[in-house]
Amino acid sequence: MGFGIIVFLAVIIGVLGSPGVTSRPEAAASADVSAHPNSVPETPEIFGQEKVLVLEEVEEDVMMTGELNPNQYPAQRAAKVVQHYLNTCYGSPYRVIGLNRVHSGNAQDVTDSGRKFQLEISVQDFISNKTEKCSAEVFFPSGGQQRSPQVHASCEELPKINTQAQEEALYQKYKTNQSRLSAELPDSFGHIDPDMEPLWHLGTVASSFIMLNESTENTLYNMAQVANITQLATENEQLKFDYHILLHEMVSQEIIHWKLLFTWSPPAGVKVLQMEQLPHSHHHEPLNTR
Amino acid sequence: SLVKGLEDKSEFELDFWRDATEVDTPVDVRVPFFSLQSVKMYLESQGIEYSTIIEDLQVMLDMEQEEMDSAARVAEPRNTDNFDFSRYHTINEIYSFQDMLVAENPNLVSKLVIGQSYQGRPLNVLKRSTVLSHFSHSNRPAIWIDTGIHSREWVTQASGTWFAKKIVTDYGRDPALTAILNKMDIFLEIVTNPDGFYFTHNNNRMWRKTRSPNPGSNCVGVDPNRNWDAGFGGAGASGNPCSETYRGPRAHSESEVRSIVDFVKSHGNFKAFVSIHAYSQMLLYPYGYTNTPVKDQAELHALAKKAITDLASLYGTRYRYGSIINTIYQASGGTIDWTYNQGIKYSYTFELRDTGRYGFILPANQIIPTARETWLALMTIMDHTFKNPY
Repeated sequence: MGFGIIVFLAVIIGVLGSPGVTSRPEAAASADVSAHPNSVPETPEIFGQEKVLVLEEVEEDVMMTGELNPNQYPAQRAAKVVQHYLNTCYGSPYRVIGLNRVHSGNAQDVTDSGRKFQLEISVQDFISNKTEKCSAEVFFPSGGQQRSPQVHASCEELPKINTQAQEEALYQKYKTNQSRLSAELPDSFGHIDPDMEPLWHLGTVASSFIMLNESTENTLYNMAQVANITQLATENEQLKFDYHILLHEMVSQEIIHWKLLFTWSPPAGVKVLQMEQLPHSHHHEPLNTR
Repeated sequence: SLVKGLEDKSEFELDFWRDATEVDTPVDVRVPFFSLQSVKMYLESQGIEYSTIIEDLQVMLDMEQEEMDSAARVAEPRNTDNFDFSRYHTINEIYSFQDMLVAENPNLVSKLVIGQSYQGRPLNVLKRSTVLSHFSHSNRPAIWIDTGIHSREWVTQASGTWFAKKIVTDYGRDPALTAILNKMDIFLEIVTNPDGFYFTHNNNRMWRKTRSPNPGSNCVGVDPNRNWDAGFGGAGASGNPCSETYRGPRAHSESEVRSIVDFVKSHGNFKAFVSIHAYSQMLLYPYGYTNTPVKDQAELHALAKKAITDLASLYGTRYRYGSIINTIYQASGGTIDWTYNQGIKYSYTFELRDTGRYGFILPANQIIPTARETWLALMTIMDHTFKNPY
């Protein structure tokens, strides 16, 4: 076991890559090799080596315009917006899309108007685990008014995979549901009942409408938790839900509460009726009189 | 009506578990031992069929109690080999674990209390050393690891607990770790923000900061990763006590931070400092407060790359890496900016799993895989520190 570890470290030493430099096709390829080494050298050569690291030029500043470093935050934040957009288009209780990787990115100022990002990314369907590549454009409008980003994206294969039967079954199950749904998804320990997973996924998809709307170049949103679910009476053949969700915004680290009223059916998908940000409550905090 | 007759016989002291309501439905009765023969005779004389469903109730109750007792024992393991690392634990369970680990390994592990939290909880640090003495500080070069400075990041405290056990288990078995421990000490603070951690269990799962009150405000707590004296007061932290990134009234105002500062300065010989957070899957080096690259950027960058490559080797988990300010965001008053400026060259911050699907509420079944892959990266950093003395 110990020998195995020693041999493994030797593999890492021998591999080259260029992580800090702007991405080029061959850099991406060699990064892949270094991430998944699949050859073991004959003779380990760790001990006795002074310099075991391959030092390279490192990009000093965050690159904001022109060719972007895909590992730095500007491209990553823009790519996350694409994730939210894709979920609003294609998400369902059985299809939730996550950002897998940013391959390359480019940003340009659009005079007096905003900034435009062009991205090559990979996304993954969390349920089927399939990944696909997408090309996307994200435009962040500038100006005082908070305006939502505009996104265009085309992906290799979305939409696909037949989730129709499952969606139909879920729809039927809840169409005439009388029982109350009390849910904290996941609970504090990360647990979600398997029957509640589709409703958790539905929460992620519905939240994506909010997250897409609220995103800027200075934010990165994820849904932290579904705090509560209320099912309302089915209306016009659409299931209707009132969700209380918690979003996590990475840059400010804030947890933001939202109430979300939306409908869903297999043919219509998710349609948001109302979104309302809830105030950060300090009710439980003791009043400090010092 | 015949059964009703039985009810009337109070001398039998019968306890009806299921009463006679309709004809043809069974009646359940508990019969005290002294009445048993009489009741049987009565039933037979009346032609009422009966069968015994529980022979001896007391035996059943005793067995149930035994089961409950043993379940309680499992919840409180007697030793660290029975500790369930694949579950999230409370602060008391982790503190008990620490004490057990010390008791089981008196020649290798000791517990130092470096201070107290705002609410008076001990700030426990496990010291791993092959040279434990009763004197205050052996001055061997040392490595620091902390988890749980942000209390809602539960996978970090859980991983820290696993690391504590791993270090003890692998000493004498893994050549690389053994070589390190033969020359260096490892200090591990698992619950770096105990007040916050308690609060996440009992009040608000999403609590991040300390629990110190802010005069003149309803809002509680300071962000312990904005409270260090590195770029303190600059952009990348908030001056608003209600903010999750509130820097505090002054640098090192939080006892949770001050205790580490005092400990590190008085020790004087730390060579590596790793502060562990979640989530985002990143390995970061200084600075967060400024664009100016650290002097050792090339080396830290290359070492980070090596570490995350090792991490990925286990399950393919992909990490990004770079300086804090380039990779995630500008942050002032951060831990590793301070430690680097103190001369601790190998200063790193991890952001563990995941990338947002579950976020802070990572399912417990990912604890051990996360800890195992992170351990590989930690070993790479510690090994490099060991082999490159300065």
